[in-house]
Amino acid sequence: MSSEANTSTSESPVVKCDSVYKIFGDNAQSMMKSSNGVVDATKFQAAGCIVGVNNASFEVHKGELLIIMGLSGSGKSTLLRCISRLTDATAGNIYIDGEDILSMNNKKLIELRRSKMGMVFQSFALLPHKTVLENIAFPLQVKGMSTKESMLRAKEMVDLTSLTGRENYFPRELSGGQQQRVGIARSLAIEPDIWFLDEPFSALDPLIRKEMQDEFLRLQNSLNKTILFVTHDFDEALRLADRIAIMKDGIIEQLDTPANIVLNPATDYVRKFTEEVPREKVLKIETVMDSFDPKADMSDLKVSKDAIIETVANSILNSSKPVAVTDEKGEVVGAVYAAKVIDMLFGSHSNQSVGQ
Amino acid sequence: MIDNIMEALQEKKYLQFILLIIIFLVIYAFVPQTESNVLWRLPPLFKELPLMINNGANYLMFEWWPIDVYDPDIEEFEQKPLFGQFTRSISGVILFMIEFIREILVGGVKTIVTFTSWDWVTENEWARWPALPWTVITGGIAILGYSLGGLRLALLVLFSFTYIAVFGQWVPSMQTLSFVLIAAPIAVLLGLFLGVWAYKSKTVEMVMNPFLNIAQIMPAFSYLIPVMVFFGIGDHAGAIATVIFATPPMVRLTVLGLKKVPPEVGEAGLMTGCTDRQLMYKVLIPSARRDILIGVNQVIMQCLAMVVIASLIGAKGLGNDLLTALNGLRVGKALEIGVCIVLIAIVLDRLSLAWANKQTDYFAELSFKEKHKYSLLFLGVFVVGVILAIIGSFIFKEGFNYLNIIPHNKGITTEAFWQAGVDWIWDTFFYSLKAFNEWLIIGVLIPVKTAFLGMPVIATFTLMMGTGFIVGGYRTALMVGGFLLFIALTEWWDRALITAYLITIAVIICSTIGILVGTLCAQHRVSSRFMLTVCDTFQTFPSFIYLIPVMMLFGVTDTSVLIAIIVYSTIPATRYTIEGLISVPQSLQDAGTMSGVNRFQRWLTIELPMSFPHIALGVNQTVVFALAMVIIGALIGTDDLGQLILKAISDEVGIGNGLVLGLCVAFIGLAIDQILRTWADQRKLALGLK
Repeated sequence: MSSEANTSTSESPVVKCDSVYKIFGDNAQSMMKSSNGVVDATKFQAAGCIVGVNNASFEVHKGELLIIMGLSGSGKSTLLRCISRLTDATAGNIYIDGEDILSMNNKKLIELRRSKMGMVFQSFALLPHKTVLENIAFPLQVKGMSTKESMLRAKEMVDLTSLTGRENYFPRELSGGQQQRVGIARSLAIEPDIWFLDEPFSALDPLIRKEMQDEFLRLQNSLNKTILFVTHDFDEALRLADRIAIMKDGIIEQLDTPANIVLNPATDYVRKFTEEVPREKVLKIETVMDSFDPKADMSDLKVSKDAIIETVANSILNSSKPVAVTDEKGEVVGAVYAAKVIDMLFGSHSNQSVGQ
Repeated sequence: MIDNIMEALQEKKYLQFILLIIIFLVIYAFVPQTESNVLWRLPPLFKELPLMINNGANYLMFEWWPIDVYDPDIEEFEQKPLFGQFTRSISGVILFMIEFIREILVGGVKTIVTFTSWDWVTENEWARWPALPWTVITGGIAILGYSLGGLRLALLVLFSFTYIAVFGQWVPSMQTLSFVLIAAPIAVLLGLFLGVWAYKSKTVEMVMNPFLNIAQIMPAFSYLIPVMVFFGIGDHAGAIATVIFATPPMVRLTVLGLKKVPPEVGEAGLMTGCTDRQLMYKVLIPSARRDILIGVNQVIMQCLAMVVIASLIGAKGLGNDLLTALNGLRVGKALEIGVCIVLIAIVLDRLSLAWANKQTDYFAELSFKEKHKYSLLFLGVFVVGVILAIIGSFIFKEGFNYLNIIPHNKGITTEAFWQAGVDWIWDTFFYSLKAFNEWLIIGVLIPVKTAFLGMPVIATFTLMMGTGFIVGGYRTALMVGGFLLFIALTEWWDRALITAYLITIAVIICSTIGILVGTLCAQHRVSSRFMLTVCDTFQTFPSFIYLIPVMMLFGVTDTSVLIAIIVYSTIPATRYTIEGLISVPQSLQDAGTMSGVNRFQRWLTIELPMSFPHIALGVNQTVVFALAMVIIGALIGTDDLGQLILKAISDEVGIGNGLVLGLCVAFIGLAIDQILRTWADQRKLALGLK
């Protein structure tokens, strides 16, 4: 099902999942063994097992932001917890930087978490008895850093996440958005390579959520972590992701870039999500580009072929002539006509349910 | 016709209950009251049980597993039983710690003796640990209060300790304090340890649960006897009994608190790379601190509630004085001592709370003086206090140095005032009080008591097990039956009925008052908050404090005990009613209002049914409180199980009697608990509250 995006990077993946299963229930192991790798959720349920993750395989590369999207009960959080080994996967292999984490002993696992991983939680999961500063410094102190040093480092994180002035507040004295800033600061304090975010903005009001997403993008632009981000909000996924994995009943229905998911939904389930999505928010100029005619009277304006349509639509529509499209090197590779953009913005195919 | 009735019976629980009552009354009326009739009274098959417990304890203590112990006095090895040596060493350690703290507070010689010998101390006159002047201790604790909780706490300490000193209760108060300062931390740590263990292991929790249930209802008196046998008499025995009594709620609240920590907080701890130990002590326990601190508060309250009871097995201090005052009917004196106990309880509670909530400032650049200001301040207080004490020794050449230690009962006292008050009440209301008292005893108490005693054992079983069956099916019925069977097979069934009669009357009155008062107070936010605070405050007082004013009015009678029970046990009924009513969701109330119900209808049809499961738990607590109080009531004279337990304490082989009697009391509570809790749980489930 999952169509691997074309990843041309030669370096080895930071996170690699290989046929990962997570089955809940007392006889999960024996059921798994007798199933020969073909897990039928209904059959398992009859035997008193619940299938959390069903045969998940994928890779995440350095600096990539993979969003795991699904509705509640789809197994997305379970998958994340398997990768962070908060729960043990029932079968399969999970590699972090090439190391098999399922075979790690407790000591090595703790070492890995202390040096490489950070996690943000939906309910913030701050320690109620510690102030903002103490919460952020906590992972450092757990590692054995001195109080003074950890506090200085925590102070830096406070400034980075715009919490300055609230260092000595307790979590209960902060708004939801501020609490999640603390959660983010805490997860970043040890400078992890891999950043797990479990529905980090789901508990926030829409306006605050938008603000936090912007903040998140800002942080990611400067930090460039490898990220696994879980959400049930498809718009959020489209907005933030490099690639999206859509899950249903423990199975990854499709794993691809936002544009490909919207243009070529792999299953009916995925299509239901994409139907309502305004394409201009996802698609790049590339997809509405016509071939470049050197004789045509072109506008002075030039747009990149990687630009999201929505961001440049206004200027294309305002210019009376076709607009040239350039590639990474700045060479003109095509032209974009206002008519096609209008068609994309208001055309019937942007909402396929209308015709039905 | 018969089918219809059967169907109605299956559907409607109240019809089943009416049927049960009818059966009960029929049995009551027709079972003949003859000695030999098994339906009337079961034969006391467990009669030998106390004796067996006695023998078992004796064997364990004096015969089991002899080991060679070196005796320094006769300079030889001797055969001694292991268990006795074990308990003796525990006693020694605890006694040493208590004495050590006590001598820091009021001076003495025993700590030095421990490291040398009596002979050496007698020879060297100078080897005495001098008492700290009361001014230094008061000032020192006030500074501690200031550093932890600011000016308010400091003032509270200052007021409390000055009161204690000025009223001439300094020495016994410090004795009590030294004993609580050892017992409370041990109980807290032990409770925390057991709680963590139970949290980590389901098996441990399952094994521990019944013990906790029994321990929480079993009267404190019953602990005294085994403790006395195993650990002897003295402060350490009192401390150990107190620890046994105070630990269960701590365990309960630790488990409860840990279970309430959101799973994501634990996961966050794991993801920051906590080891198991770090996770428990830096993440989970601190996150559960709200409940754990309630546990600490409970421990402190229990410790001070035990002060009087522990004095029965030799704990020195306020408890002993209070007991004497109560026995001598010296109400004023008892009141003053009672206030001392309450003040110590409040000060310790607030100090521990402030300590747990203390905050650190990491970026403050402190000078040496700033950093050590509290130590410096204490040094100042110490020097000034000592100088004052030395000056005092010149001023008060004759008699006592009031600036060093105000001797016992040489402070000011308000006893005469209170005695005058009591006299006045007696003079003024004698006839009306007496009339009320007589009416209550002759008109209500004695008839009810006779009715209870005239109840055939089969009738009691039918009623209780039947109720259990209606509420929770076979399981509940069998549990209730089991508890009752134990009591019925001992030789104290009649005594238990007397306890049951007092409890029944008290609980009915308490519940009525509690639900009424609670309902009235719950009508407004301010009044409900006020009432909850009142409940909190009243619950702070050790239970026997309630005996004092009641004795003032009614002397030593069943009425006094009954009223003390009612005053004490109305607290939970009221509290749970308010909590239940104010937690009815606003939307539901609005829905009711919009359907056009008036205020009373809303209460009757919406709020009361919704909150009744919670109120039932309040009634359950009322039963527990009443049982605790009825046993303490034995101190001023009742003729139920409590009296026998009190008697067992002074009995050389009382350990078996005391324990079995204690179990009887606990099982009365557990039988009622089983029914009420099952019912409340089912209702909560049905109402979607769980």
